[in-house]
Amino acid sequence: MTFPHLQLVQLSRPSTIPKPVIELIVDGHQVTVPEGTTILGACQKLGIEIPTLCWLETLAPVNVCRVCVVEVEGARVLAPACSRTVEPGMVVQTRSERVNLTRKLVLEMLASSTDLSTAPGLAEMMTEYGAQPERFGACETVAQPVLVDNDLYIRDYAKCILCYKCVEACGEDHQNTFAIAVAGRGFHAHISTEFAVDLPTSACVYCGNCIAVCPTGALMSKREWDLRQEGNWNESKQTSTDTVCPFCGVGCTLTLHVQDGEIVKATSPLDNDITIGNLCIKGRFGWQHVQNGRSATQMAADAAVPA
Amino acid sequence: MDIKLSSATPTPDERAAVDARLGAPRASWDGGTTRTVRDTHVAYGGKEQRDRRHLLLPALQGLQERMGWISEGGFNYVCERLTVPPAEAWGVATFYMMLSTRPRPRRVLHVCDDIACRAKGAKAVCDSLRAHHSPPLPHGTVGGHGDAPPGAHATLNEHHGAWTTSPCLGLCDVAPAALLIEAGQPVVELSTGEITADYAMGLLGGGADPDDVLAAAPRTTATADSPPDPLTTQIGGIGPLRLLKRVGSVDPTSLDAYQKADGYKAMDKAFTLGPEGIIAELNAAKLLGRGGAAFSTGRKWEAVRTQHATPKYIICNADESEPGTFKDRVLLTGDPFAIVEAMTIGAYAAGCSRGYVYIRGEYPLAAQRMQHAIDQARAAGLLGERVMGRDFAFDIEVRRGAGAYICGEETAIFESIEGKRGEPRNKPPFPVQHGLFDQPTVVNNVETLANVLPIILEGGTAAATLGTDQSAGTRLFCLSGHVKQPGVYEVPMGTTLGELIALAGGIGGTGTLQCALLGGAAGAFVRPDEMGLRLTHEDTRAAGVTLGSGVVVAFDTSVNIQNMLLRIAQFFRDESCGQCVPCRVGTVRQEEALIRLSKKKPLGGMRTELALLEEIGTAMKDGSICGLGQTAYTAIESAIKRLNLYPA
Ligand SMILES: Cc1cc2nc3c(=O)[nH]c(=O)nc-3n(C[C@H](O)[C@H](O)[C@H](O)COP(=O)(O)O)c2cc1C
Ligand code: SF4
Ligand code: SF4
Ligand code: SF4
Ligand code: FES
Ligand code: FES
Repeated sequence: MTFPHLQLVQLSRPSTIPKPVIELIVDGHQVTVPEGTTILGACQKLGIEIPTLCWLETLAPVNVCRVCVVEVEGARVLAPACSRTVEPGMVVQTRSERVNLTRKLVLEMLASSTDLSTAPGLAEMMTEYGAQPERFGACETVAQPVLVDNDLYIRDYAKCILCYKCVEACGEDHQNTFAIAVAGRGFHAHISTEFAVDLPTSACVYCGNCIAVCPTGALMSKREWDLRQEGNWNESKQTSTDTVCPFCGVGCTLTLHVQDGEIVKATSPLDNDITIGNLCIKGRFGWQHVQNGRSATQMAADAAVPA
Repeated sequence: MDIKLSSATPTPDERAAVDARLGAPRASWDGGTTRTVRDTHVAYGGKEQRDRRHLLLPALQGLQERMGWISEGGFNYVCERLTVPPAEAWGVATFYMMLSTRPRPRRVLHVCDDIACRAKGAKAVCDSLRAHHSPPLPHGTVGGHGDAPPGAHATLNEHHGAWTTSPCLGLCDVAPAALLIEAGQPVVELSTGEITADYAMGLLGGGADPDDVLAAAPRTTATADSPPDPLTTQIGGIGPLRLLKRVGSVDPTSLDAYQKADGYKAMDKAFTLGPEGIIAELNAAKLLGRGGAAFSTGRKWEAVRTQHATPKYIICNADESEPGTFKDRVLLTGDPFAIVEAMTIGAYAAGCSRGYVYIRGEYPLAAQRMQHAIDQARAAGLLGERVMGRDFAFDIEVRRGAGAYICGEETAIFESIEGKRGEPRNKPPFPVQHGLFDQPTVVNNVETLANVLPIILEGGTAAATLGTDQSAGTRLFCLSGHVKQPGVYEVPMGTTLGELIALAGGIGGTGTLQCALLGGAAGAFVRPDEMGLRLTHEDTRAAGVTLGSGVVVAFDTSVNIQNMLLRIAQFFRDESCGQCVPCRVGTVRQEEALIRLSKKKPLGGMRTELALLEEIGTAMKDGSICGLGQTAYTAIESAIKRLNLYPA
């Protein structure tokens, strides 16, 4: 898919030449935005909330999840707010009956086929739209075993909603590694390496940039997954601290997520000019040395092993 | 980007198959086997090589046709030659149903079990093959939740064929139909109709010579290497045939014969009219696209003509995969030079320098005839640097599909030609601005293009006197199922459904019509009491149905329509590209609901189940990216509402 890299360019280098502006009406409110803005952008300016799943400000929009659809007056079908750019005189409804129905169905379709238990914000979205996935009865799902083929991260595609974000992050938009792609077709479409080989055999360089953009927890660092398996993952007990990655001269901003005195995850802020959320294998996974023999659990474990 | 490949290497045959499509490698940099001193100083590759990505599908097809499947070694060689990351190429290879990434026998029989063939006994053929030969090859992919259970892929005896079920093969007039493909050098591709279980078994039997098999064929429609063969499709019409006038009477392999039968007269006249004059004639003729969307062809050409970006492209959409449609096949095989001429006129009018004919993979003879026509035209100076000696350069390339209905969607064609998965783009931007390779592009259906020649010759105003005010001209209809003479019929728009069916000899089978599917799988069912329906855009719209791609599949009283609906639902589920949620999941949920309904086990009662189905259908219609998802509920809705198929 070829999409202009609008979002990214705007983020890293704000243009100084003012763009022509466009006026439109969203939910009865008049709003003026620069040409090239998406309907989503106009809504954000107005403070109107639009649910999104496959959209991220650091990635080119792929408009595949369709949860962001809105009604554009005069159009035959609904339009994806995340990618449709505004046109002069556009009249947009963001919560019409048609919009609500399609959003509800999209959420029901996803929830009936996918395990959304670790997808942040999904439960709230389902409540908001009155989604009842059990309406479909016993139905086909994407259930499949978790792929644990390396020490750094796991892939649980039973949780994958096929938002294409990881593919974009790994390929064209960020990492330029192209280790993963969408394979198969229709309901059987899925994220895969060539011949479904394991990650160590693939081109993956373990930057973890796919993990950073995954909206469902289908991609998860091994440490987080292990803690969740043990029942010891507790976000309410976690703090996050920004620091600078010590490994090289680029100086990526590193956010360390700490639970019980132990670093459990490293990320980088999406709005950081240098990383736009990305890191490399060292920044993402190379923090064990900080706490070797020092974390509470580690110390307990060390103590249990006779010297 | 680093290309990391496994250690598997291609066999000499695989190398040859790929080189036949891509040319020999220049150096060890792009897959050559010898390393020269020069290679250590010069680096080939980079952007120049990546720009050949559009050759990915032809290269994979080369492997498939020669070897019968795509092995890891062959696959690696393609990636290396084109600098395509293997994961990306894997995504492409697993998208197309005619490509196999599992070992399988060289000979595979694709047996159509779609609507028209079902009406004519396809199920009995499949059941018999299942019982006496083998289970069909699974359609699933490697890895992921769609993977078939271990063992299902076991390689059969190398000397015996395997078989698989197929969506409509575009041979509905000779239903039940099948397509035999035997990989090798050269590949054998045989389209065959009116098959019986015994004949299908014969085709699959141990090492039978294709020629012997052919000789025993009940009714052979076409083989790729025995032209020109007698056309078997019944054609006819009301009034003088304009689009079919040469079909069946003029040798489709002879440029000379074509020119003697008015060929290239329209091109001559077009040069005098000039681009704007040509477009004015099309507008006067009120020509609307015949591919389903009924958009004004004149406006489309004008929109591309006025774009500043160059180069511009023209694509002939010959992916014809809408179940029940076979008219384009008849034009491509019966009058290929006309399509070449019409594309040349279109290119001249819209300012395009390059054309592609995208022909569905299941049409071997059409591809061969078009390639032949293009080669002849080029040799005669009718294509090339100076078309007919004028300052106008234009050439055409044939691209073959590989088993994906969705690639007939105009933006999915672009993706497919560019060497990607055939996933439709969101519109806007529209193809006339950002089309193939992001350049302004005209996409026209085969029949639309065929209309251009008579319009130029007759004059637009005269052409518009045929048909009705809002639906001008003549149209091709594909009649199949229970009519006595299935075939392609050309009638002025406004002809009634009853007249059309009478033209095809009336209702066959039990002799009593139960209902007919109008417009294809994305169309709608009509009742026997609607034979007075005038076949125009305005009348069908008013009746809540559609002309679609000109399909009429008649079903007699013996047919179980609920089963036909299940097949239609399966078609959309199988053919969804999988990109957007409403279609990817919605087509599955829709099929599940229909299965419950036909088992008389609706969830929460009939009314609740039908309401759920309606909501799924509405979300697909409103929320899907492209026409596939948007129309996946149309025929089913019409059966529920117009035929009252599931009385509450
Ligand atoms: C799922 C899908 C499949 C399509 N398949 C075809 C096809 O096989 N042939 C075709 O001419 N148009 C097909 N179309 C319509 C094309 O998108 C496009 O409208 C058409 O090629 C334009 O040509 P026309 O203006 O000459 O009709 C399809 C559309 C959809 C949504
Ligand atoms: S970790 Fe990095 S290289 Fe590996 S799949 Fe994810 S984005 Fe691609
Ligand atoms: S793995 Fe995550 S990021 Fe990738 S497609 Fe699935 S849900 Fe999206
Ligand atoms: S509607 Fe269906 S076929 Fe079209 S883009 Fe969406 S998933 Fe693909
Ligand atoms: S957020 Fe717009 S389609 Fe997914
Ligand atoms: S060829 Fe079988 S339905 Fe068309």
